Amino acid sequence: MHPGIIFFLVVLGSLLFHIFTPWYWTDIASNWVGMDDTITLTFWVGGGVFIAVCLFMVYCVVKFSYKKDRRAEYKPDDKKLEKILTVATTLGVAALLAPGLIIWNQFVTVPKNALEIDVMAWQWGWQYRLPGEDGKLGTTQIVNINDNNPFGINLDDPYGKDDVLIQSDLINLETNQPVKILLRSVDVLHNWYVPQFRAKMDAVPGIVTYYWFEPNKIGEYEVLCAEYCGVGHYAMRGGVEVQSTEDYNQWISEQETFNDYIAKQENIELENKKIAKNNNFLLNKETYKEE
Amino acid sequence: MSDEYENKTGYQAQSSETISSGGRGGGSGTVPDADHVRPAEIPEQDLYHGHSFITKWVFCQDAKVIGVQYFLLATFTGIIGLILSWLMRLQLGFPEAAGFMTAEHYYQFVTMHGMIMVVYFLTALFLGGFGNYLIPLMVGSRDMVFPYLNMVSFWSFFVAVVVLLASFFVPGGPTGAGWTLYPPQAILEGTPGSGMGILLMCISLILFVAGFTMGGLNYMITVLQARTRGMTLMRMPLTVWGIFTATILAMLAFPALLVGGLMMTLDNVLGTSFFMPTILKAGEVLEYGGGSPILFQHLFWFFGHPEVYIVALPAFGIVSDLISVHARKNIFGYRMMVWAIVGIGGLSFFVWAHHMYVSGMNPWFGFFFATTTLIIAIPTAMKVYNWILTLWRGNIRLNVVMLWCLGFIVTFVNGGITGLFLGNVTVDVPLSDTYFVIAHFHMVMGIAPLMVIMGAVYHWFPLVAGRFLDEKLGKWHFWLTFLGAYSIYFPMHYLGFIGVPRRYFEMYDSPYVTSAVGMNEFISVAAFIVGAAQLILIYNIIRTLKIGKPAGHNPWQANSLEWLTPSVPPEHGNWGEKLPVVHRWPYDFSVPGAKEDFITQTTPPSEVTETEVEKT
Ligand code: HEM
Ligand SMILES: [Cu+2]
Ligand SMILES: [Cu+2]
Repeated sequence: MHPGIIFFLVVLGSLLFHIFTPWYWTDIASNWVGMDDTITLTFWVGGGVFIAVCLFMVYCVVKFSYKKDRRAEYKPDDKKLEKILTVATTLGVAALLAPGLIIWNQFVTVPKNALEIDVMAWQWGWQYRLPGEDGKLGTTQIVNINDNNPFGINLDDPYGKDDVLIQSDLINLETNQPVKILLRSVDVLHNWYVPQFRAKMDAVPGIVTYYWFEPNKIGEYEVLCAEYCGVGHYAMRGGVEVQSTEDYNQWISEQETFNDYIAKQENIELENKKIAKNNNFLLNKETYKEE
Repeated sequence: MSDEYENKTGYQAQSSETISSGGRGGGSGTVPDADHVRPAEIPEQDLYHGHSFITKWVFCQDAKVIGVQYFLLATFTGIIGLILSWLMRLQLGFPEAAGFMTAEHYYQFVTMHGMIMVVYFLTALFLGGFGNYLIPLMVGSRDMVFPYLNMVSFWSFFVAVVVLLASFFVPGGPTGAGWTLYPPQAILEGTPGSGMGILLMCISLILFVAGFTMGGLNYMITVLQARTRGMTLMRMPLTVWGIFTATILAMLAFPALLVGGLMMTLDNVLGTSFFMPTILKAGEVLEYGGGSPILFQHLFWFFGHPEVYIVALPAFGIVSDLISVHARKNIFGYRMMVWAIVGIGGLSFFVWAHHMYVSGMNPWFGFFFATTTLIIAIPTAMKVYNWILTLWRGNIRLNVVMLWCLGFIVTFVNGGITGLFLGNVTVDVPLSDTYFVIAHFHMVMGIAPLMVIMGAVYHWFPLVAGRFLDEKLGKWHFWLTFLGAYSIYFPMHYLGFIGVPRRYFEMYDSPYVTSAVGMNEFISVAAFIVGAAQLILIYNIIRTLKIGKPAGHNPWQANSLEWLTPSVPPEHGNWGEKLPVVHRWPYDFSVPGAKEDFITQTTPPSEVTETEVEKT
C-alpha cells in the first residue's frame, strides 16, 4: 500500500474515533460549561488544522513522489505566503485565547455569596469544615491539631467555635449555591477534584489555596486526588452529594459543631479517666499478686 | 558577499604563510573572484591523537567517538526506561498478571521511567550523541574546541548513570516521587525511596548537569568559533542551529534544576526548610517550617519547560535537514526556520508556569502564562508549515528516512494541538494531571522526537558505519512503531476527558461513563508491540554491520559537509589534509540548470555558472 494512503487512514481513523468514541467527558454538574465550550472550540480549530496539515502532507507525498527524470521546484522562500500563514495562525490562536482568558477571569473571581468550605487533606484522606451560624470560618493552624481539635482551629478565634465539622470524606452541597473551596494540607500536595465539576486546585501545605464552582445537578459524585501525594495517592477518594435546598438544610442541621465536639471530647475524657483509674487499680492488684 | 572582507587585517595575510599544517584552500590569487572566501582567522587546532586502546576508544577525545559513546549509553538507559514502561503498562492493562507489583514499585517505575526518558535518554542522545557527532562535521572543524573537556563530559554522564542505576539497589529503592520530584512528598515517608533514593537521584542529576555543562560549552563555542571558511551562521544546516540553540537553553535552564536539587538535598540531609512548611506527619509536627513547596515547582519548571525545547529544537533541526535531502528540495523559508528556532528558544523561558495553573500559585499569573504559551504556538506552527511546504513540489523519496519524518509531522502536529488545549488556562483546569497530559507530552516530546531519532539513525548510519541499514526491515520497524505508538496515545487523550488522573497505580475506571478497561488493555498490548518492534532495529544494525550494502561517499546525494569527508566513515581530524571551504548553504537541491539535483556546500560558484542559484 502507498504510505500516503496509510497516513490518510490514520487521520480518518482519528476523526472517526473522535466522533464515535464512547469515552468522553462525564456529564457536567457545575457552572463551568464555559470550559467545555472552550474545549469544543479548540477541537474545531485544532482538529481542523491537524486534518488540514496531514491531508496536505498526504497529498504531497502521493503527488510528488520520486521520479528520476523530474526535478523539484527551486524556491527558497515565499515572503507573501509566509506572511499570510503567520497572520492566519495568529488570528486562530487569538480566537482560542480570548474565550480562554474570559472564562479564566470568571474562574479567579469568586462570587460574593459563595459558601466557604474548608477542605483539609492529609496522607491519605479528606475532611471538611463549614461555617456555623456566623457565616465565617475560624482561623486554623497546623500545630493546633490534636485529638481534641482535629482541624487545628485557633481556640481564641470567636468565629471558630460554631464551625461545622465533618470528619468524613463525604460532604454534601446545596444545588445552585456557589461554593468557594478553601484547600489546605497538613503534609504534602493533594488536589480535590470532581470530574463532573471540571475545576480542580492543589492543596499546598503552608498556604490556603482556593477555587470556586456552583454545583447544579443533584446526585452523588466521586472525589479523586489529582496531585501525586505518595503511595496512597491512587486510593485517596472522597465523595460529594449535591442535594436540594431542603435536603441540604436537613443534613447540615444534623452535623456537629466545634462546640459540640469539644463537649463530647470532654465527656469522653472524663470517661477515659474513670476507666484508666479502674484499670490502674486492677493492674496494681495483679502486680501485687504476682509478687 | 565575501569580497568585502578581503584580507583586511595583517594577521590573515600573514597566517596563510606561517601556518603550514595543512592547506587552507585557495589563496585569493589562484581562484576566480566569484569563488573567493574570506581567509581563516585563527590557526588550526592541534589534536590529541590516542595511541592505546584506552585513549582511542575509552577515554577518547574524538568528538565522533564521544558521540557514539553518548548514543550507546543513552540508548542503554532508554531501553531501561522502555522496560519500566512495559511493567507499568502491564499493571495498568492487566493488573491480575502484575501481582508482583506493589504501589511502591509502580511509583518508582513511573519516576525512573520519566526521568530516564527525558534527561538521560533524549537530552543525552540529542545533544551528547548527535551534537558531538554532527557539529564538528557539519561546521567543518576538525573536532570540538575542547576535546579533553568533551571526554570528561561523557564520563561524568557515565557516572551520573551509574549513580542513577545504583539507586535501584539501595535500601528503600529508587525514588518514587514522580519525575517532577515535588517536595515535601519527595523527601517524606509515604513516598518510596524518600531516603537514599531521592538523595542519589539529586546527586545523579547534579553530575549530569556538571557533565552537560562541559559538553554544552563545547557545542556552543565550536559553533561560534570553529566554523570553517565560508561557513557563515546563515549557511549552517538547521541541525546545527537546533542543537546550538538547545544547548544555550540547556546552559540557562539546567542551573535552575541544579539549585532546586541542591536545596532539596539540604532540606533532606541537613534539615533546612527551603521547600518545607510546617508539616504534621503521623500526629507529630516535624522540625520544618516556613518553606515554600511552590518555590520548588517554579525552579523545576523554569528548567522543565525549556527542557521540552532542549529535546524538541534538535529534533526540529534534524528533521528539517532530513526532509530537505529526501524531498530533493531546499528547506522552505530557511531564514524563517532559523528565526523560529531562536524565537521559540527565547520564548520558552517565559512560559514555565503553564505547568502550574492549578498548583496553587496566584491564579492571576494564569493570564500572563496562557498568553505567552499561545504566542509560542505561532513560530512553532510556522515550522510545521515550512516542513510541509518543503514537500510541496518536491521530488520525494519515500524511503525509510522520509517515513520517519512523515511520522514525526503527524505526531508532532497532533501533540502540538493538544498543547493548545493545555496551554489555554481554562481548558487546562479540567485536563491537568489527567491522562490527557500523559497522552499530550508523550505524543509531542516522546514519540515525535523519537521518530526524528529513528529517521536520523537510518539517515546517518551509512556515514557512521559506511553501510546502509536494510530498507525492508526498516519499513517494518517504522510502521509497527508509528502505528503502535499512535494507537497507544491517541485514545489515551479520551481517558483524560473522563477524568482519569495520572500517576494512579490502579487505573481509575469511572462509574459514570462506559468502562475503559478494554481500552486500557488495548493500549497495553500496543505498548508491548511497540517495545518489541525496537528489536527489529537492533537486529538490523547488527546484520548491517556484517553484511549491509556498502554506502560509499555521499550516498544520499546530500549537500552538507558531513558527507564530504575524504574517508567514509570520517577519521580522526575529519578532513585529512585540507579543511573544506564553504561557498553556499546546504540546501541547493534541484537548482535549475545544474547537472545533478544537488550542489554541495563546497562547490565553488565557478563550477556551476550555468545555474540560477540564489545567493546565500
Ligand atoms: C512506547 C513507549 C512508552 C510507553 C509505553 C510509556 C508509558 C508510560 C506510562 C505508563 C507512564 C505512567 C503514567 C502514569 O501512571 O501517570 C509514563 C509516564 C511518563 N513517561 Fe512514558 N512511555 C513511553 C515512552 C516515553 C518517552 C519516549 C518519554 C520521553 C519524553 C516518556 C516520558 C514520560 C514521562 C516524563 C512520564 C511522567 C512520569 C511521571 O509522572 O513522573 N515516556 N509513560
Ligand atoms: Cu494524591
Ligand atoms: Cu511547558
